[in-house]
Amino acid sequence: MKVMVSVKRVVDYNVRIQVKGDGSGVNLDGVKMSMNPFDEIAMEQAVQMKDAGTAEEVIAVTIGPAKAEEQLRSALAFGADRAIHVKTDEEIQPLTAARILAKLFEKEQPKVLLTGKQAIDDDANQTGQMTAALLDLPQATFASAIEFDGDKAKVTREVDSGLETIEVDLPAVITTDLRLNEPRYLKLPDIMKAKKKPIDAMSVEDLGIEEAVKLNVTKTAPPPEREPGVMVEDVNELVSKMKDKGLV
Amino acid sequence: MNFELTEDQNAYREAAEEFAAKEMAPHAAEWDAEQIFPKDVLRAAGELGFCGLYSPEKAGGLGLSRLDSSIVFEALCTKGDTSTSAFLTIHNMATWMATAFGQDEMVEEWGEKLTSGQALASYCLTESGAGSDASSLKTTARKDGDHYILNGGKQFSSGAGDTEALVVMARTGEDGPRGITCFLVPGDTDGVSYGKKEEKMGWNSQPTRAITFEDAKIPATYRIGEEGEGFKFAMMGLDGGRINIGVCSVGTAQAAMETTRDYLHERKQFGQAIADFQATQFKFADMATELTAARQMIRLAASKLDNKAPEATSFCAMAKRFATDACFNVVNDALQLHGGYGYIKEYPLERMVRDLRVHQILEGTNEIMRMIIARRLLADGALEQIK
Ligand SMILES: Cc1cc2nc3c(=O)[nH]c(=O)nc-3n(C[C@H](O)[C@H](O)[C@H](O)COP(=O)(O)OP(=O)(O)OC[C@H]3O[C@@H](n4cnc5c(N)ncnc54)[C@H](O)[C@@H]3O)c2cc1C
Repeated sequence: MKVMVSVKRVVDYNVRIQVKGDGSGVNLDGVKMSMNPFDEIAMEQAVQMKDAGTAEEVIAVTIGPAKAEEQLRSALAFGADRAIHVKTDEEIQPLTAARILAKLFEKEQPKVLLTGKQAIDDDANQTGQMTAALLDLPQATFASAIEFDGDKAKVTREVDSGLETIEVDLPAVITTDLRLNEPRYLKLPDIMKAKKKPIDAMSVEDLGIEEAVKLNVTKTAPPPEREPGVMVEDVNELVSKMKDKGLV
Repeated sequence: MNFELTEDQNAYREAAEEFAAKEMAPHAAEWDAEQIFPKDVLRAAGELGFCGLYSPEKAGGLGLSRLDSSIVFEALCTKGDTSTSAFLTIHNMATWMATAFGQDEMVEEWGEKLTSGQALASYCLTESGAGSDASSLKTTARKDGDHYILNGGKQFSSGAGDTEALVVMARTGEDGPRGITCFLVPGDTDGVSYGKKEEKMGWNSQPTRAITFEDAKIPATYRIGEEGEGFKFAMMGLDGGRINIGVCSVGTAQAAMETTRDYLHERKQFGQAIADFQATQFKFADMATELTAARQMIRLAASKLDNKAPEATSFCAMAKRFATDACFNVVNDALQLHGGYGYIKEYPLERMVRDLRVHQILEGTNEIMRMIIARRLLADGALEQIK
């Protein structure tokens, strides 16, 4: 089958985020950017399917600035066969991203769209779901195990109450959770080979997509600093301290 | 001229950092304390391409430049483990010599094994009586029909006893450098025996042993290059080796500085962070400056070697001398800035100091580096070549 994976360029998870002085956002100057870790898991899933012979072709897709080509090269080094780069310098919010992905899905007709359950920059957790809705396709979110069987996929989902296993008809949209797999290390020879694989670049306008109404971010603030704690001797002292603070 | 890393170099660096952070760093202290040689991790590194970085592609190597390779080694030391990465550099050097100059038949048999890390290699030049004066070495190789028979001994061979291949410099002819030939000797050849594992100050994740050759017989096809070319290859190997060892110091000093930066902000004395004392700030600024100078020297030397510049050997010697001295001082200062905590093993500083100390001694001592630089640059016209 043909598998499409969407990957996003985000601030690397190791970076200590700095909020801009005027609260208008976070500082991205000179900050290390990487592939969204949940998308790496989606990539790993796709490449495992290729290794196992379940997938014939893996297409990696990103929507983002010119520099996002780095993440597509990583995806190609992972083992994607080719890539599509929808170029934009605008901030793309979930609904617009979903419209773009839906359009590409219609063009490419994959059996499955794999993507991370959320991106670690805005943590929206919406794009996969919205894409499925726009395409009127089944969705299986927060996958921690996926089994393909003919025109169906059995997906184990991580939900609050535990694990839930559902069956979806293909084509479908599947979003990946942390425990689905452990992404492989990129091999230097694969990084070198990735340079020669094709990337098809286009603009949002080329796809005839209208940008959805944007949510305005009014303020960005760092989390409050953690106050130093106190050591308590026993449960009684703990309870009385909590009472003092009006917590119980 | 452009001093920025290319997109490719950044990608190599990130791949190396990822591997080092997950597979090396968590074990580095244990490998040091228990003297564990992590062959499994070296093989895993081989699967990613790190065992034949600049070896030729026909032998399964990646054929990368020395500059690209140095960026990988630096990343492995910054995010992983110095001692293990330093061994990896020696393996790369010995593998390059064997695969770039070896006879087809031998390269056919050993190339892929070495470049993939399935087989590891030691570099065997130093002898008990021939250290800095390496070309006075006494180990002999006598031609016997289709074979060579080796007798003698080597001192301080990194990895030896645990490696599958030994790249050995032995005498086949006259005294001095021109009588020396290079060989690949399988580590388990009859007549090859190993001394005890040396107890060392650092570099504890890799064994260092003496080797004895008693009528050790190897096929003549395992001769690397022609008779008499061995010392030349040994020195060519070391030009690159010196970049590698120097960059291991740079990568480690970078890690030491990052750890120190965090500590200076955290640690409070006299009611303020020690980062707020001007004396600390000036020290920190000097450390960063020395580190940067060392890194640039290394990259310059690597570029000179890649471009076969006439004075590449001098650049490699200067870079090794400067980087290993400067970065030793950086990690030592980093230890000092940690106070008593720098001296205890819970922090990585004391291990960094112990590991980096030997970089000033091996692959030619830093005194020998000065000898090489002066001898070459005092010659007519040489100084004009370093502009
Ligand atoms: C942990 C470790 C790993 C090693 N790994 C390897 C390896 O894998 N392969 C290998 O072949 N070797 C290896 N070596 C050996 C290393 O390269 C030598 O120790 C080094 O070249 C110095 O030789 P030496 O110890 O005999 O010292 P010597 O040559 O005896 O030197 C003693 C001192 O005299 C100084 N000196 C000597 N000659 C001069 C001169 N002309 N002018 C000024 N000063 C001079 C030296 O700089 C040094 O300070 C290793 C050594 C160690 C400690």
